[in-house]
Amino acid sequence: MEKTKVIVGLGSCGIAAGANKTYDKIKELRKAGDYDFKLKKTSCIGMCYNEPLVEIIDEKGSYLYGNIDEEKAVEIIQSHISEKSPVKDYVVSTKLFEASDNDFVENQVKITLRNCGFIDPENINEYEARDGYRALKRIAGLNISRLDIIQTVLDSGLRGRGGGGFPTGLKWKFANNNKSEEKYIICNADEGDPGAFMDRSVLEGDPHAVIEGMIIGAYAIEASGGVIYCRAEYPLAIKRLNIALEQARAKGYLGKNILGINGFDLDIYIKEGAGAFVCGEETALIASIEGERGMPRKRPPFPALSGLWEKPTNINNVETFANIPWIVQNGAEAYAKYGTEKSKGTKVFALAGKIKRSGLVEVPMGITIHDIIFKLGGGIKNDKKFKAVQLGGPSGGCIPASLSDTIVDYDSVNATGAIMGSGGMVVMDETTCMVDVAKFFLDFTQKESCGKCTFCRIGTKRMLEILTRITEGEGEAGDIEELERLSYQIKDNSLCGLGQTAPNPVLTTIKYFREEYEAHINDKKCPAKVCKKCITYEVDAEKCTGCMACKINCPVDAIDGEKKQIHFIREEECIHCGVCFTKCNFDAIKLL
Amino acid sequence: MRISRHTSRKDVPGGKAVDLNLLDPLIDKYKDKKGSMIPILQGTQDIYGYIPSEVFGKISSETGLEISDMYGVVTFYAQFRLIPAGKHIVKICHGTACHVQNANELTDALKDLLKINDGETTEDGMFTLESVACLGCCSLAPVMMIGDNTYGNLSRKETIKIIRGIKKMESK
Repeated sequence: MEKTKVIVGLGSCGIAAGANKTYDKIKELRKAGDYDFKLKKTSCIGMCYNEPLVEIIDEKGSYLYGNIDEEKAVEIIQSHISEKSPVKDYVVSTKLFEASDNDFVENQVKITLRNCGFIDPENINEYEARDGYRALKRIAGLNISRLDIIQTVLDSGLRGRGGGGFPTGLKWKFANNNKSEEKYIICNADEGDPGAFMDRSVLEGDPHAVIEGMIIGAYAIEASGGVIYCRAEYPLAIKRLNIALEQARAKGYLGKNILGINGFDLDIYIKEGAGAFVCGEETALIASIEGERGMPRKRPPFPALSGLWEKPTNINNVETFANIPWIVQNGAEAYAKYGTEKSKGTKVFALAGKIKRSGLVEVPMGITIHDIIFKLGGGIKNDKKFKAVQLGGPSGGCIPASLSDTIVDYDSVNATGAIMGSGGMVVMDETTCMVDVAKFFLDFTQKESCGKCTFCRIGTKRMLEILTRITEGEGEAGDIEELERLSYQIKDNSLCGLGQTAPNPVLTTIKYFREEYEAHINDKKCPAKVCKKCITYEVDAEKCTGCMACKINCPVDAIDGEKKQIHFIREEECIHCGVCFTKCNFDAIKLL
Repeated sequence: MRISRHTSRKDVPGGKAVDLNLLDPLIDKYKDKKGSMIPILQGTQDIYGYIPSEVFGKISSETGLEISDMYGVVTFYAQFRLIPAGKHIVKICHGTACHVQNANELTDALKDLLKINDGETTEDGMFTLESVACLGCCSLAPVMMIGDNTYGNLSRKETIKIIRGIKKMESK
């Protein structure tokens, strides 16, 4: 009989939630010698809201335990391992009985994330045991031609998962068509969208899948060199990629005449990004690898003709590459079975914001936004009202609750004014101010603009100034129209995707939440009570204890009241700084 | 625009002399490789904790890289710093998920507590306060990172408690 296995999830999110302590505790228990089990590590399984996660696999099956701190770790090891009695209260998912989050697992289709949370990402044998490198071996064994591989990827309907949605097979075809002694394949792992973390999870949880995808891509386009451009903010991903590359070299998946394919030589190295959002753009990324400022270049020529070091180059995103081995192994049809007519396969979404179950989900294209948020995501935190969901990060837009029946595929999402983007889904409730959100994104793109194009450099700055004025209660009639005018100019006249999409968050919030803009401008009110300068502060006479905390801290002495007496804010002198609200320990400052 | 994130250089507190010999192995490693400017600068920052102005001349004369190009790169990427940072770099995540869950409140609380602005270092050189774009732990928003430790699901009070804890430890 196989030994019982105890597996701890050690992705970035798990570690942040304290998984290392849980792991060390369990290790200590095992060392003490009272228990007999195998202790293993894995990465993120996507259930970030239940971290730290511990899975126990015994002869009956698998039990996933959630929120396991050191104390609970002792309890489950004691009960489950020694007494053979699972602690049902802590089990969040299992096939053996009803558990709180079984539906979270059952409603997903895992292709990209097929190994995440199931294997030890630092052990190549575990990847191989789950069909890893089988696709590559199949190509070598059956002598599958380059064009056949490209045709398979074309037939699968796979489109660029970084956000652009360009058909991957077509991209490979172009790169293959341009003949050159030197060619490059690049993996774009510069996941910079705030609110998106699926690439990080794939890199941390299944680095070999990305590497195998790159090797297959390199074979298809005849690349002679590979680069993974990974952001430096992901130290764990870089560490695990380095380990994986070393293992792949040792096993002959990288090197000279790979798997006996004559003349197929490839090595891959990691280039650490230095922190610039614009480097997610292909030509800026190439400039950055070449050691320059990451500024986009004019296209054409496209990278497929003249990219890194002016050689033909193909760039795909992490998630795209992770799909490739599965497609080659299982066939284009198996992949195209999922999805809609023009968007095939599955897509990983990072759920975050005001949602109960934040984490990673992989679903077939074509599912509605409503199902993702309510069926998988469990609905809105604290049962507040669902207001909007932000898709596509700074290049995307806000889709209002009224359009939550929109299905996720590239074209349907584009029709709303948002974009699919890389898959970050930030959920917003009634306490989120949409003007503030628009300002937040503009602040981001304005700072990240490389400065090359005037419209992007100055236009985003002007838009940010207007939005700042509006949120500070100094909006004027005509501001909305001016924002729209600037938006279209920036979209039409910017060189790269950053500028062309930067106004999207503003345009979509104006389109769907115009009344919020108007409330700020005309009534100087923030309906969501987020923009401090648009809030009136008042003392709640029933809750005020007369502790004087607000009075002492008020910077302009606008609060009257004696000790143990109800206080009073003089509205005409109040500067709306919000200090009284944060200093009050009795929740006695009302926001109006 | 990207350059605006760098404030003009202040006098370096303490004014310790920079030992340029530490650069030699780094320069040897990358000397004749193409595309080596960013790795050299990243390596330099690993050695000194920042990019001292003294290094530009030496790197330029030994590798042939132009000082103006290097300065252009250093001021373009958020990772590089031209002035030394504090012992503890407190990074408050301002990704979307953290923003809608009140990351601003955390930054404000720490500005108040440490008496510095965003991007500045305390006088005793103990803390640098930084706002960063997404740290990728959105499910734990709002998030703060100090050194290699990530703290999630923070409130104003908890954030202050963590910083006070570090202060206390340091004063021992």
